[in-house]
Amino acid sequence: MIELKKISKYFQNNKVLDNCSLTINKGETMVIIGRSGVGKSVLLKHIIGILQPDSGDVIVDGQSVPRLKAKDLNKLRLEIGMLFQGAALFDSMTVGENVGFLLKEHTSAANESIDKKVEESLAMVGLHGIQNLMPVSLSGGMKKRVGLARAICSQNLKIVLYDEPTTGLDPIMADAINNLIISLHDKLNTTSIAVTHDMNSAYKIADRIAMLYKGKIIAVGTPQEIKKTKDPFVKQFITGDAHGPITEHRAAESYELS
Amino acid sequence: MDLKTRLNFSKKNLEISLLISGRRFLAALCYLGGLSILAGKTIGAVFTNFVRRKLVIEQLNKVGVNSILIVFLVTIFTGIVLALQSAYALKKFEAAIYIPGMVALSVTRELGPVLTALIIAGRVGASMTAEIGTMKVTEQIDALESLATDPVNYLVVPRFVALLIAVPILTIYGDFIGVLGGYLVGVTKLNISPHLYMNLTIDSLVYKDVLTGLIKSVFFAAAIVIISCYEGMRTVGGAEGVGRSTTMSVVMSFVLILMLDCFFTALFYFVFP
Ligand SMILES: Nc1ncnc2c1ncn2[C@@H]1O[C@H](COP(=O)(O)OP(=O)(O)O)[C@@H](O)[C@H]1O
Ligand SMILES: [Mg+2]
Repeated sequence: MIELKKISKYFQNNKVLDNCSLTINKGETMVIIGRSGVGKSVLLKHIIGILQPDSGDVIVDGQSVPRLKAKDLNKLRLEIGMLFQGAALFDSMTVGENVGFLLKEHTSAANESIDKKVEESLAMVGLHGIQNLMPVSLSGGMKKRVGLARAICSQNLKIVLYDEPTTGLDPIMADAINNLIISLHDKLNTTSIAVTHDMNSAYKIADRIAMLYKGKIIAVGTPQEIKKTKDPFVKQFITGDAHGPITEHRAAESYELS
Repeated sequence: MDLKTRLNFSKKNLEISLLISGRRFLAALCYLGGLSILAGKTIGAVFTNFVRRKLVIEQLNKVGVNSILIVFLVTIFTGIVLALQSAYALKKFEAAIYIPGMVALSVTRELGPVLTALIIAGRVGASMTAEIGTMKVTEQIDALESLATDPVNYLVVPRFVALLIAVPILTIYGDFIGVLGGYLVGVTKLNISPHLYMNLTIDSLVYKDVLTGLIKSVFFAAAIVIISCYEGMRTVGGAEGVGRSTTMSVVMSFVLILMLDCFFTALFYFVFP
């Protein structure tokens, strides 16, 4: 179980998360939706301890992530895979070295068995025989899939965090990734959190959907509940309407500022 | 303006400038604090964690092997110039005999270590900052953390060890080449016999001269790595940010190298004469 307890996060004077609370049950796939720049990536990074909240607490498997010692935090991270928004592949390493990084650094597994696992992980995202390429030579969508392979290439995966897994992929590949997320979840019984603004993907993979707005979770519900929502903010977002309370709010705000 | 408003005005100016200089002072303190924390963490990790040998060798290759030519060029010309300038100064006293000693002492005690360190700061330190800075802005540092790997252990420690090995070795090499530069001038232009030049050089040097140079070079190496990596790790703001922190890292390394040089020269002069 993952629990965000009233976390607040500032960057200088920019309040990104504001007393934000959310609970993700074990084995559940939670999709977090929200506009660009609302703090979705920041929220994900709190779960894996890359960012620490200014106040509040993050509980993963009964442990407080911000208070963990470096050693225990790294132990926890072995069970968490994360796909970064920009893939964040190590560009000094080959694709194979990227994907096998965790196993190489943190297990005593033999090279052959690591290679095999790398091959399997790459096959899961639909890539074959590219182990020796360097990341610079890949297209954006391929990078994303290699990033996903790296996130899941682990022996003991319990939680997977996906930062915009389908952004930048063609619709067919996006659907394949959706299927992959679902099958990973079924096979390994992982708890998953995906951040996206692709509503098709959200409806397809989510057990529950949460919407982040102005530093807070303003709605949580199953895809059906979200679809039928009366909340005007959520409604505007999921229907993708340029006019509505979210944009009006913005307009009013900038008016106030000037 | 009457006197009172003028006084008020200057008081206000004073307050503002105090505020600004206060902020600057605080920022400088924060910077030094950040450097010290990184240095402490790195040195701690060298002794308590395993050091990734493969990465150290990779860095040694980048730092050491690829710097040999530029260190050669810089120190040989410096040696030549030193010998010519001392010849000019000493000609009046017909004291050309002192040239080998002067060159040897200036090179081993001062110019060898400092020039080598400045070269490494410009060539290697800058590229370290650019590389780590790029990793920071493209979230690769975050990715390292998410893969349960400490960025200081993985990125800073191998570079630290590599530079602590490479810079003193390059310094000794630079010392030799600098002396060789002087030798070329002395033998070909000043009519000192090769044998005599060698003897005079060796006689003028004591262990301490080379050793103090090496001690300096170890601290220079540490300063270069810590500043370069610190600047890299705190890079923000995309490609422009990487450019900014690379410039900062070279400037700060140069300043710190010369400050440390001054400090150690004074220390060796007054405390261990
Ligand atoms: N390391 C950082 N330093 C300063 N500001 C940051 C940092 N990371 C994110 N932010 C700010 O936090 C806000 C939310 O960013 P992000 O989580 O990336 O949004 P998104 O919802 O699109 O993923 C943005 O305004 C961004 O500028
Ligand atoms: Mg994001």
